[in-house]
Amino acid sequence: MSVEQQPHGTPNAPAIGPETGHAHGELAHAGPDHGHHELPFWKKYIFSVDHKVIGIQYAVTALLFLFFGFTLMMMMRWQLAYPGRPMPFFGRFFSDNVMPGGVMAPEFYNQLGAMHGTIMVFLGVVPLAVGGFGNFVMPLQIGAPDMAFPRLNLLSYWVFVPGGIIMLASFAMPGGAAQSGWTSYPPLSVIASSGQTAWLFGMIFLITSSLLGSINFIVTIVQMRAKGMTFFRLPFFVHAQLVTSFLLLLAFPPLEAAGILQLMDRLAGTSFFLPTGLVVSGEALKVAGGGSPLLWQHLFWFLAHPEVYVLILPAIGIVAEVIANNTRKPLWGYRLLVYSIIFLGFMSFVVWAHHMFMTGMGTTMSTFFQTTTMIISVPSVIVVTCFLMSLYGGNIRFTVPMLFATAFLPMFAIGGLTGLPLGLTASDIYLHDTFYVIGHFHYVVAPGTLFALFAGIYYWYPKATGRMMNSTLGKIHFWWSFVSINFVFMPMFFQGMAGLSRRLYDPTVYAHGRGVQPLNVVISWAAWSLGLAQIPFIINFFMSLKNGARIAENPWNATTLEWMAPSPPGHGNFLTEPIVYREPYEYSVPGAKQDFSPQFVAEA
Amino acid sequence: MSETVIPYMVKPNPVTGIPNGKFAIWLFLASEVMLFGALFSSYVLLRTGAPHWPPEGGLSSEILNVPLATINTMVLITSSITMVLSWASCKLGDLRKFRMWMASTIALSFVFLVIKYFEYHHKFELGHYPSHDNFYAIYFTLTGLHGIHIIGGIIVNTFLLTIGTRMWKTDPEHFTNRVENAGLYWHFVDLVWIFLFPALYLL
Amino acid sequence: MDETKYGWWLPVDVSVHGARIDQLISVVHWFMLLLFVGWGAFFVYCLIKFRARDGHQATYNPVKGIFTKYIEVAVVVIEVFVLFGLSTPVWFAYKNHPPAEKDAVTIKLVAEQFAWNFHYSGKDGKFGRTDSSLMSGDNPLGLDPDSPEGKDDIVTVNQMHIPVHKPVIIQITSKDVIHSFNIPVLRVKQDTIPGQRIPIWFEATQTGHFELACAQLCGLGHYRMRADVFIDSPEDYAKWEADNTPPPAEAPAAEAPPAPEAPAVPAPEAK
Repeated sequence: MSVEQQPHGTPNAPAIGPETGHAHGELAHAGPDHGHHELPFWKKYIFSVDHKVIGIQYAVTALLFLFFGFTLMMMMRWQLAYPGRPMPFFGRFFSDNVMPGGVMAPEFYNQLGAMHGTIMVFLGVVPLAVGGFGNFVMPLQIGAPDMAFPRLNLLSYWVFVPGGIIMLASFAMPGGAAQSGWTSYPPLSVIASSGQTAWLFGMIFLITSSLLGSINFIVTIVQMRAKGMTFFRLPFFVHAQLVTSFLLLLAFPPLEAAGILQLMDRLAGTSFFLPTGLVVSGEALKVAGGGSPLLWQHLFWFLAHPEVYVLILPAIGIVAEVIANNTRKPLWGYRLLVYSIIFLGFMSFVVWAHHMFMTGMGTTMSTFFQTTTMIISVPSVIVVTCFLMSLYGGNIRFTVPMLFATAFLPMFAIGGLTGLPLGLTASDIYLHDTFYVIGHFHYVVAPGTLFALFAGIYYWYPKATGRMMNSTLGKIHFWWSFVSINFVFMPMFFQGMAGLSRRLYDPTVYAHGRGVQPLNVVISWAAWSLGLAQIPFIINFFMSLKNGARIAENPWNATTLEWMAPSPPGHGNFLTEPIVYREPYEYSVPGAKQDFSPQFVAEA
Repeated sequence: MSETVIPYMVKPNPVTGIPNGKFAIWLFLASEVMLFGALFSSYVLLRTGAPHWPPEGGLSSEILNVPLATINTMVLITSSITMVLSWASCKLGDLRKFRMWMASTIALSFVFLVIKYFEYHHKFELGHYPSHDNFYAIYFTLTGLHGIHIIGGIIVNTFLLTIGTRMWKTDPEHFTNRVENAGLYWHFVDLVWIFLFPALYLL
Repeated sequence: MDETKYGWWLPVDVSVHGARIDQLISVVHWFMLLLFVGWGAFFVYCLIKFRARDGHQATYNPVKGIFTKYIEVAVVVIEVFVLFGLSTPVWFAYKNHPPAEKDAVTIKLVAEQFAWNFHYSGKDGKFGRTDSSLMSGDNPLGLDPDSPEGKDDIVTVNQMHIPVHKPVIIQITSKDVIHSFNIPVLRVKQDTIPGQRIPIWFEATQTGHFELACAQLCGLGHYRMRADVFIDSPEDYAKWEADNTPPPAEAPAAEAPPAPEAPAVPAPEAK
C-alpha cells in the first residue's frame, strides 16, 4: 500500500461539482504521480500491470469489437431487408467469393451471423463488462491498490487479444470464418470449413483469458478489501463481479472440454459428436461413429446459460451504482439484491437444457428444466422490483448515466418477461428458434446490458480521465439510440409470433416470412439509424479527453471508495489508506451535512 | 518497477487464513475439476450410449496395458510424496534437501511420460489412432490432456528448482508458499490419474 | 398458397393440440403485459414524482415493501399456475400419448442438407428396409430394392401429404446434420438428430396447402430448406396415395445398385 501522507483535499470537504472543480482537480491529478513516471511508454500503456490501464485497454478493445460486430449485423440487415439485391456502395469492397455482384452469398451471411454472435458475446460485452469495468472499478471500490496478481492480469489481457485476432483473421481463411452459428452445433460444425477450427482455437484463448481473470477477481475481492470493508459494505457492483467471476470460473471449463473434443473431431478424426452412419452430400462420412451430437449441446449450454448471467450481472451492478447515486437515496433492498444474484448464480447452472427442449428430451427432464427456469425468474423479478422501489422517494437527477440506467429497467423487463413463454416447454414448441428468441435475448443484452455499459462509461469516464463527458452529446446519443433500438427489436417479437425462423438468409422463401417482411425493412433502417446514433458517442468519447470539464475526485457526489481516489488515480490508487466506515449507499442521511455520506469519511 | 505492495502475497489474510497465491491455486483447481468433470461426464455419456464398450469388442483391460499403467500409478504417487518432502524441506529450511526431492519429483514425472510414450507408441504401431473408435478417442484425449498437465507441472517444478530458487535468499517464506502451491497442483494432477486409471484401463 | 393466412401474429392453427399452445401463449402474454404495465406505471410515476427539483429531497428510510412482497408472491403463484396448470399438461399430452399405430398414418422422415425425404409405407402398411450405406442421389433414403415390404412404398422429396382428421405419426431423423422439423400452422417442432429416430404426432383439423420450414441452422441452404405440406381430405389423400404408389415393375429403387450382403452399418430403426 502506498501510504503517502500528502496534503490533498480532505475527503470530508464537500465534493466539488463538475463546474467548479478545476483547481482541485489539478491538485489531485498531480498528487499520485510517483513510482511510474520513469516507466517507458510500452510498459506504461501497452504491457502495463496497472489494473486501471488494463481495464481501459479491455474497454477500448471491447468497444472496437462491439462496433465491428455491430457492423457485421448492419451488413446482414441489408440482405434481410432487401433479399438478393446488390448492396449499394459497400458491396463493391467485397470479393466475388462472398458478395458476387454485390449480393451477399448465403455462406457469407452465415459467417456474419456466427461471428456477430461470437464477437458480441465473447469479444465485446464480456470483455467490456468484466475485463473493462471489473478491472478498472472493482479494485478501487474495495480500496485495493491493485489486483491481487497484476502480472496475471496483464497476461489475461494479452491472451484475450490473440483470441480476438484469431477470430478476425478467420475471415481470411479458405472457406471463410466459422459459419455454424455462435453455438457451433455439430455435426454441422464438424463438417464445416477450416474457419471453425480457427473459431475453436480462438475460443480456447478467450476461455483461458477469462479463467485467469476470474481467479484474479475472486482473490482480489476476497483478500484485498480495505479496512472496514465487510461483505455487506461492498458496493453492489462488486458483488455482481464476484458472482460473475464464479460463473466464469466454473462454467467455462466445460466449454473448453467441449472445444477440445470438437477440435479432436475436426483434426484427429474422432467421433465424439458424430453418430454412426452419417451420409453427407450423398457420401458416407468416413468416421468411426458412435458419438452424440447432443453431448455438445449439453456441454455448450452448461457454459452458455451461466454466460447469459455473465452478460447481465455486471450490467445490473452498474445500474445499481448509477441508480443509488442519482436517486440520492440508499438502494432499496440491498441485501435482498445480493442474495438474489447469488441465488441467480447458483440456479444458472441447472437451467441449461431449456435451450434444448426441441431435441426430443423426455418429459421428466423437460419438467425439471422448465421448473428451474421458472425458479430462476423469481430473483430476476426481485432485482427489477428492488430497482423500481429504489426510485420511490428519491430525488432523481437525470444525468446521462442515469438516463441509460433508467432505460435499462423497462428494457431488461421486456427481455426478462419474454423469456417466460420460451422457458415453458409447451409455448416453446411454437416459439423455439424463431425471431421471438432473437428479440428476447437482444432485449436483455442490447438495450439491457449495453445500455447499462454505456451508463457505466458515462459514469466512470471522469474517474478514468479526470474529465467529464459532454452531457448534450450524451443525451443525443441516449435518445437516438433508445428510439432506434426499440424499433430494431420490438418488431422481432411479431416476426417470431408469425413463425419466422432465425438464421434465414432469405426470409421471403416462406409465406409466413413474406407476411412480416415489411417489418424487416423497418428493423434494418432502425439498425442503421442505431449505427449513426453512435457517432455522437464516439465524438464525445474522444473530444472529452481534451475538452471535457476537469473534475475533482468526486464529481457525482458519490459514496463509494473509487471516488476517494484522485481522478485519474495514479499507480497504487489511493493517496491515503482507505478505511471504510459505513454501508455503500448512504445518501440523504437525516442530520448529515450534505446529501451523501461517503464510505471513506469518518464523520458525516 | 512497481512500488505497489499487494497485501497478503506471503502472509495469510486473517479472515480467510490463506495467502493470495494459495487461494488462487484452489480456485484454479476448482476450474480444473470442472474441466475434467465435463470430460468424464462425456465419457460416461458416450460409453452408456454405446452398444458395447470398447466398441471393437473385448475388455478395456485387454486393450490397454494395465501393468504399465499400474507402474505409472506408482510412479505418480511416489512423485506426490517426493513433492511433499520437497515442501517439508523448505519448511525446515533445508534447501539442499529441497533440491534433492524436487529433482526426484521431476525425474519421476519424466519416467511417467516415458512409460506413457511407450504405451502410445504401441497403440500407434497397431494402427490404433484416436480416430479408430470412441474408446481410443476418449483414451487419447483424456490421457493426452493429463499428459499436458504433467508437462505443465514439470515446467513449474523445473522453474522452482532452478531460477525460482533465487527467491530463497530474499524471501524464503514466499518461496515455500510457491512450492506448496506447485505441490497442490501436482497432487491434483496425480489425483486425476488415480481417477483415469481405473476408469479407462480397468472398468 | 393462401398468403392471407399469415399476418403479424400467430398464424392460423390447423391442429388438434395447437389450441392449448395458443391459449398458453396468450395467457402468458396477458400476464406479461399486466406485469409490464403495472411496473411501467409505477416507474413513470416515480420518475415524475421524484425528479430532482428545488426544495425536493430524497427520503433516507426505505419504504415498506409489503406491496412488493404481494407482487412477488403473485408472480410466483401465476408462474406456478402457468407451469403446472397450462404448460406441463400440454407438453405431457404432446409427448406422452402417441396415437395407436393402427389408427394413424405413420411417415418416416429423413432430413438432409437441404431437403426433406418422406417415406410412406404404402398400401401394405409396412416400411421397406432402409440402410444408410445404400443412400445415394437417386435413393436418398437408402431403400433396399430387394425388400418385399418396400415395393409399394412411396418416397417424396419436399412434399408431405397427410390426411385431415386422422392422427399422423412422423418418425424423424436426419442423415447428416441437425435440422428442425417445423410446421408453424400445425404447432409442431422437433429437431432432427442424426443417429436418433424421434417420433412426433399430431392431427390436422383443416385441409389446405402449408409449409414446412427448417428451424435449425443446417448450412448455407438452411433458408431454402422448405417443403410443401398438403393436408388432404380423406378422398384426396387416398387418390394421392393411389396415384403415387409405384407400379410393381418400377419400384422406386429398382435401378439402384444391388445391395451388399451384409451392411456395415445398421440402419437406425424405430425404437
